[in-house]
Amino acid sequence: MEDIEIMMSPVAAVLCAPGTNRDADVSFALQQAGARPVTFLMADIVAEPSRIDAADILVIAGGFSYADALGAGRLFAVELQDSIGDRIASAIKQSRPVIGICNGFQTLVRMGILPGPNQPAALGHNDAGVFDCRWIEMEPVSKKCIWTRYLTQNIACPIAHGEGRFTAKDSTLASLKENDQVALRYVNGNPNGSVYDIAGVCDDSGVVLGLMPHPENHVVARQHPQFHRGGSGGLGLALFQEGVNYVCK
Amino acid sequence: MSTSSTQNRLEIRCLGKDPRGQRFLNDAYDLGLTRLQEINVVDVYFFLGDLDTKETVALEKILVDPLLECVSWGTTTPVCDHFVETALHTGVTDSPSHQLQRISSRLGLGIEDVTTAKRFEISGTLNSDELELLVRKLLANPVIEYWSIDSPITPVVLAGSATTLTSVQWVPLALNASDEQLQKLNVERGLALDIEEMRAVREHYLGLGARDIELEAIAQTWSEHCAHKTFRASITTDSGQVLQSLINQLRTTTDTIAAPFVVSSFVGNAGVISFVEGTTIALKCETHNHPSAVEPFGGANTGVGGVIRDVLGASHLPIACTNILCFGPPDTPGSDLPDGVFHPRRIRAGVVAGIADYGNKIGLPTVAGAVLYDPGYTANPLVYAGCIGVAYGKYVAEAPQPGDRVVVLGGRTGRDGLRGATFSSMTMDATTGDVAGASVQIGDPITEKLLIDVLGRGQHLFRTITDCGAGGLSSAIGEMAEGVGAEVELSGLPLKYPGLSPWEIWLSEAQERMVVAVKDVKPLQDACNTYGIECTDIGVFTGDGRLVVRNHGDIIFDLDTEFLHNGRPQRQMDAIMPTPNRMEMSREEFETVFGDIDIVSCLKQLLQHPNISSKEAIIHRYDHEIRGATLVRPLVGAQLDGHADGVVLAEPLDTHGIAIGIGVNPWFGVLDPERMALSVVDEAIRNVVSVGADPDKIALLDNFSWGDPRRQTTLGHLVAAVRGCCTAALKFSAPFVSGKDSLNNEYFGSDGERHSVPPTLVITAVGHVPDANATVTPDLKEVSNVLIVLGSTSCEFGASHLAKILNLSYSGVVPNSDDNAPVRYRVLHKAIRNGLIRSCHDVSEGGIAVAVAEMAIGGRLGVDMSQCGFATDPQWLFSESNSRFIVEVAPKDVSTVLELFADSCCVLGTVTEKDVLQFSLHQAVSVGELCNLWKTSK
Repeated sequence: MEDIEIMMSPVAAVLCAPGTNRDADVSFALQQAGARPVTFLMADIVAEPSRIDAADILVIAGGFSYADALGAGRLFAVELQDSIGDRIASAIKQSRPVIGICNGFQTLVRMGILPGPNQPAALGHNDAGVFDCRWIEMEPVSKKCIWTRYLTQNIACPIAHGEGRFTAKDSTLASLKENDQVALRYVNGNPNGSVYDIAGVCDDSGVVLGLMPHPENHVVARQHPQFHRGGSGGLGLALFQEGVNYVCK
Repeated sequence: MSTSSTQNRLEIRCLGKDPRGQRFLNDAYDLGLTRLQEINVVDVYFFLGDLDTKETVALEKILVDPLLECVSWGTTTPVCDHFVETALHTGVTDSPSHQLQRISSRLGLGIEDVTTAKRFEISGTLNSDELELLVRKLLANPVIEYWSIDSPITPVVLAGSATTLTSVQWVPLALNASDEQLQKLNVERGLALDIEEMRAVREHYLGLGARDIELEAIAQTWSEHCAHKTFRASITTDSGQVLQSLINQLRTTTDTIAAPFVVSSFVGNAGVISFVEGTTIALKCETHNHPSAVEPFGGANTGVGGVIRDVLGASHLPIACTNILCFGPPDTPGSDLPDGVFHPRRIRAGVVAGIADYGNKIGLPTVAGAVLYDPGYTANPLVYAGCIGVAYGKYVAEAPQPGDRVVVLGGRTGRDGLRGATFSSMTMDATTGDVAGASVQIGDPITEKLLIDVLGRGQHLFRTITDCGAGGLSSAIGEMAEGVGAEVELSGLPLKYPGLSPWEIWLSEAQERMVVAVKDVKPLQDACNTYGIECTDIGVFTGDGRLVVRNHGDIIFDLDTEFLHNGRPQRQMDAIMPTPNRMEMSREEFETVFGDIDIVSCLKQLLQHPNISSKEAIIHRYDHEIRGATLVRPLVGAQLDGHADGVVLAEPLDTHGIAIGIGVNPWFGVLDPERMALSVVDEAIRNVVSVGADPDKIALLDNFSWGDPRRQTTLGHLVAAVRGCCTAALKFSAPFVSGKDSLNNEYFGSDGERHSVPPTLVITAVGHVPDANATVTPDLKEVSNVLIVLGSTSCEFGASHLAKILNLSYSGVVPNSDDNAPVRYRVLHKAIRNGLIRSCHDVSEGGIAVAVAEMAIGGRLGVDMSQCGFATDPQWLFSESNSRFIVEVAPKDVSTVLELFADSCCVLGTVTEKDVLQFSLHQAVSVGELCNLWKTSK
């Protein structure tokens, strides 16, 4: 019985560059959501790119890939494009869910996967000009995004970034709204100056989600920042469960 | 750069406003440069190579985001009044150029070399002196950078550094060399040794002369920084008493306590404890004071990196970082700054950025800390960096065995950090920043992260490990080889750039390196390859007790490890003991000295004092959420802006955790160092007990930052403080497991006066939290709950913050320790475990008044104290007596709690939903107003 259950749980490939550092946190969240996380170091990916094809879910974890030395996510994007760009594209085509969190989101945007080919966007320096770690609340709004469409509650989780201000031209923003690609919006305060309070966007197909906040740091009830005041709810776990449910449907 | 290929210059500008420029502008105003209108920052890259269009397009694609930035090739003429261009000295960590070189070769772009620079475009009227001031104090730091004003910078040649290779030099050391001759040698070579030590060196060499590199290594090993000569000295007090060495006093205390949870204390890189079967915890706290004074970002940055390596060097995986920072007052007028000293706000900005950069990038939560301000720190800022690690399974500390290989892991070796240990053992002056330049480096947290990943694969990969800190390979290998001996060959070691002399390689303090002893190199090599970490086998542990270093086969160093480690004569020191005032003030005297006190106005002033006001802006710069284990966070309460007493770390699925708390009060130390020690140990323990730690399972770290101990009164203060530490540790049965001292925190100003730091003892307490669910924060929780003060209050205002805001020079006695504290803390812990305590806050700076205000601010609730007879008594409200808490209790539990604490408690008041602290019918203040004052202070 237990064996069958393990067989059913989807494999989530957690892609890591040197400097990725929330891989353990997102792996824990995926595990709690019922997936089997497997870490793929950039060196492993380059050595045998085809291994990635067996993954049911692709995850680009947060951190400071290559020290963000040339800007957040920029080098990771080049490396991934060069090594498995085609494989990620075909995964998306096959509706295998992809999620990029924080540095992963920055990477997907730099690769041009998010929001989409003719929708240029960028993640600029926070309005305050410095790295900022604080709890935020975000509202799932997209009914197209497979990660957010069935979520009923707002998610409470921390941000921890210096370059998270979502920026796009008016025309791009209009097309994102029109096309239901705004997946998550900050509520009760916009921490970084993102246009239209955007915390996360999905691609046109709805299987790729990128977001700046860290739902992987709110997986068990005790992690709620007001646990000692009786605060509860808003688990980020729900988001990962959606990804797993989509694969297991 | 060579001249055969084209040098291409690329400039990248921000579209829209650049927040970096705005920050520089704000800081320039603080320097008094108020006629500045704008500073704009431009990133500049220099590429060597004949680039074609394909290559320039590829580079632009990597470096530029058209939505955020615009780009131009070549040198633009800036539209501004002045411009300054800065670049890093050769060998200073420059991640952008390193990454560009890597990615260029990976993508096959024809680029021979890359360097980076920054251009500051300045608008506003400045004369040349002001421009020079702006550059030296704000835009650049000669320690790591060079610059060009109003003309484009020319990048310095990188490859083939032109230093001539010096071979070993023999330094004559005649057996009959006089003290004067020895002293001359000592100063010429910057050895910073005592004359007795120089004589010991002379005897050791039998008149045959010494190799220069051996002298350097001896100076490093015997430096105050490495050998802790003062803590190991034989000390005679002014009453003729000969004392056990300070380090032995602390060790003996720990041995006497004999706590079962101590696994290893005062040996190796960190203290090791175990609260839960099968899990050990390593603790360490270090200082990085001198480097942070001359290069705030790099100094603090590498301080964090260093203490993390200490924990790695104890075979534990780091899980959290802490820091305690001491700066000059933020409102210090620029004209009051001694020569060669940065403004406290510039130092603070750099230090905070340096700590944030390392901790955030390496992926460790920065969870606990303190920030203190005092004029005594203006020239000597203090930066304490701590790290905690865990290991699972049985902890065994093994020594290297003959035949084991000597392997160096991690970063490359450069000229950086040379003589850091001797540098930090010297008094600074205005030129220190220039001459000691090589002593400070910028960290590379990503490399250290990869080291953690490799070493996390398991202890089976190596036998013994140690970090390369002060003294570099000389110190690391020297320590490991103690007793067993080693022979190494330097020529195979990867270098950052060519041209290093052997002694520079041996003593380099390049960051992010570890040395391991391994039986079989292959598995370690494989693991390193996976993570892209360099791993170099440089020699073997021999078994003959000698340390031999070769360069291309030639012996350049050959020393008996017995002499290196045990040949130093014990320092003989004299101390004049302090005679502090211990007479408690009477009520009448208090009223005479302190005058007529308006409670509300004093409370407002206290909440705005930089030592008490909100540290939120700094805390948000640190990632305290990564790993998901920060259960009691540094920021808590209704609006997540209240400050917790201590933090609790508990893995998401664990039932137990650990609490971390800090105790520090240098102002007590100035008046009464012994009572300071008693007080700060008490405070650190209070801070962990109040969040839920078991008072019977607490381990302590001691970190002393002091002035020059060769001044007898300064040493007397240190002796008294250590005595207080031992007394307090015994009282609480809380053993010290590790400690560090940083002495000589003094500065010769151009005024000819000596500036010393106040005696600053930082105590870190780490306690076991048996039930992660039974943890408590200080923010008020619910209307109608009752506040109870635990502990007794005396008239103890010596160096109190009330005295500070009233500018009193005489303020009475420093708080004494409370003999009933251990019992009270155990009862409190039991009450917390039983769910009787809804919130709990320790009482410290500013006394009960400040504590209750902080609880109200945290919960955004009011308190009615009008029924408490003491609530209008300034002596009771503002005294800083030790061992007290304020707890919040549900009405149904009040009688139980009052019974538990019997005669050492009293009811303070009731929680209300009104936005008011009501002291009496006529004395009240809005919590919202207090909150604003507390949060908006600079």
